[in-house]
Amino acid sequence: MLYLDHAATTPMRPEAREAMAPYLDADFGNPSGLHAPSRRAKDAIESARERLAALLGAAHPLDVVFTGGGTESDNLGLAGPCLAGSGRGGVVISAVEHEAVIETARFLGRLGCPVRVVPVDRFGRATPGDVAAAVDESTRVVSVMAANNETGVIQPVAEIAAAAREANPAVLVHTDAVQAMVSLPVNLGLLGVDLLTVASHKVGGPKGVGALVMRPGIELEPVIHGGGQELGRRSGTHDVAGIVGMVAAAEAAVFDRDRFGRDVGEARSRFEAKLTAAVPDVVFTIGAGADRLVQHSHFRVPGISAETLLIRLDGAGVAASAGSACQSGALEMSHVLAAMDLPAEEAAECVRITFGWTTSPHDGDSAAAAVATVVGDLR
Amino acid sequence: MRILVAMSGGVDSSVAAATMVERGHEVIGVTLKQWSGPDGRLPTAGCCTVADAEDARRVAAKLGIPYYVLDYRDRFAESVVAHFTSEYLAGRTPNPCIECNRRVRFGALLSRAAELGCDRLATGHHARVDHDGTRYRLLVGRDRDKDQSYVLHMLGQGELASILLPIGEMTKTEVRAEAARLGLRTATKADSQDLCFVAGDYREFLRERLPQAARPGPIVDATGTVVGSHRGTADFTIGQRKGLGVSFGEPRYVVGVDAATSTVTIGRREELAVEACLVTGVSFISGGAPEEGAEVAVKIRYRSAAVAATLWTENGGRRVRFSEAQLAVSPGQAAVFYRGDEVLGGGTIEEAA
Repeated sequence: MLYLDHAATTPMRPEAREAMAPYLDADFGNPSGLHAPSRRAKDAIESARERLAALLGAAHPLDVVFTGGGTESDNLGLAGPCLAGSGRGGVVISAVEHEAVIETARFLGRLGCPVRVVPVDRFGRATPGDVAAAVDESTRVVSVMAANNETGVIQPVAEIAAAAREANPAVLVHTDAVQAMVSLPVNLGLLGVDLLTVASHKVGGPKGVGALVMRPGIELEPVIHGGGQELGRRSGTHDVAGIVGMVAAAEAAVFDRDRFGRDVGEARSRFEAKLTAAVPDVVFTIGAGADRLVQHSHFRVPGISAETLLIRLDGAGVAASAGSACQSGALEMSHVLAAMDLPAEEAAECVRITFGWTTSPHDGDSAAAAVATVVGDLR
Repeated sequence: MRILVAMSGGVDSSVAAATMVERGHEVIGVTLKQWSGPDGRLPTAGCCTVADAEDARRVAAKLGIPYYVLDYRDRFAESVVAHFTSEYLAGRTPNPCIECNRRVRFGALLSRAAELGCDRLATGHHARVDHDGTRYRLLVGRDRDKDQSYVLHMLGQGELASILLPIGEMTKTEVRAEAARLGLRTATKADSQDLCFVAGDYREFLRERLPQAARPGPIVDATGTVVGSHRGTADFTIGQRKGLGVSFGEPRYVVGVDAATSTVTIGRREELAVEACLVTGVSFISGGAPEEGAEVAVKIRYRSAAVAATLWTENGGRRVRFSEAQLAVSPGQAAVFYRGDEVLGGGTIEEAA
């Protein structure tokens, strides 16, 4: 099997599995108790918190909130500040955000928060000027993703954050760095943001865990209510093994980043060069036109639907995807590609290949050969 | 062979897939997403529901075959829903199952099967295909009560050569027993409704989709005299007797529905009865037409018994002369010609007279 869908999820790193093992076994305690098993569990998550804070540039470990994943972190990152103090703060988002951000913004809109959606250029990037123009005194949170999950295009987040603050110094800037963290240096300072979403399983940790990392002093209205864990910002018994696994994976990913960039970069270069040679009319959506994540290749073969191509690849043991699938697994018109003004017929041909930490440079050759074979069969 | 199986999430197509697997074929299961709710997601009631797709997915998993949901919403909206509404507005009683089979299942999906490297498309229809040495023939399903050959009458030799209908050899009871034996979770699932996309309520669908069908208007008799009023043609269908809101000494029936003018015409039973009808868009499965005056059995509605008739060429179509006058022959419905168990072909009823 050739796995080319690492942006959907990636195999667990051995460091994560090892770190988790004790908490799936002997150290099973609930961290919110007073006895020794609880203390051991509590110690594990607080140690993980310190390490993630250091990794992502949080000033204090308590500026890290553990959540149930990237989607929940996005929900908390937007709704938390906007609804804090029974407020109805406004949000400004880009048109190509993940559904976790878009649907949260829509929800906030229903609650009476002003919502503005900023358009993007043909590569899917929001400009600092457009974002600043959308910000006014009602704006509480600006959310622009670090890199897009479908195309891999990198947003100028630091410039956008600066421009947004110029328009209103009180705004908080949130970024969803779920995809970017795999291959780019990600921290609060580098990106110039106030709130940062990360997810465990995209970097080789277990599924169902994430974090929202913040600058100090940000008041959040919780989106999950209950026993008051995470200083009341996120109730619910901690997934101790999950948290420990996420942080071990994140550290391993950062440690492995240079090697990752080289191998994955080589795999993608070979893939794109060989596919172009075999299928000269292939169109790469971003290509050299804009900065993109090293692991993403987003392309279409004119006249061949993504559905057909992906099913044929699956039959040949190659796992790839289109950016957007609905609940049933049917491919949907991507809001990202629509925002980039891609015609619907072209969007329905777009396929996403994403390499990951288990990819070898040779996988790029195999991927190109697999796609070329299917295209050859169909033509 | 590699077989693509259209799986609706119902028991028939579940067992069709299972049968293909048991015969040793390489099988791929697909569900067509034909329809979605206003938010673009799969609806929660009616056909194409999330639950139906999940049922199909679980059956595919149990059978160990790959399974995909394919997006045919645009195709379905263009070729089935649009046809349904425009035909209705033209005063006809359309049969969307036939358009769906023609344009979507045995049209677009059949081409897709080839693209996916499949040799055949299998479905869970209750009908049979055989080959008599020269030609493919379409036969009624073993289970007469569940026979679906009516909605397949427009298929030709090309389609019949490319499809498999494994359920046609089984009764519904046998299909359910087979599903139960295999432990498929669809074994006891209720049969799906005809007119799947209107989610069970044809009238509600028309009222929502076609403002013309929800407009009040007159009820007239054959002479054009207004004898009452109604709150929308959506509530009426040809042959209907109840709910007319008018009373005479003897029963009255709907004999015409014209959404364009919001007019419902009623008449006595004898006004509903016709000796013949004109059928257009006729195709014959063998590729050749039967002799003039051929004696056949004709089905003029999906769920009604076939009646004896003769076929006569007229204006490129066929004049169907019934041996006994028929009630409620509705333009827009298919007339399907049978000889014994064999489907000869059929077309669309153009006018009843």
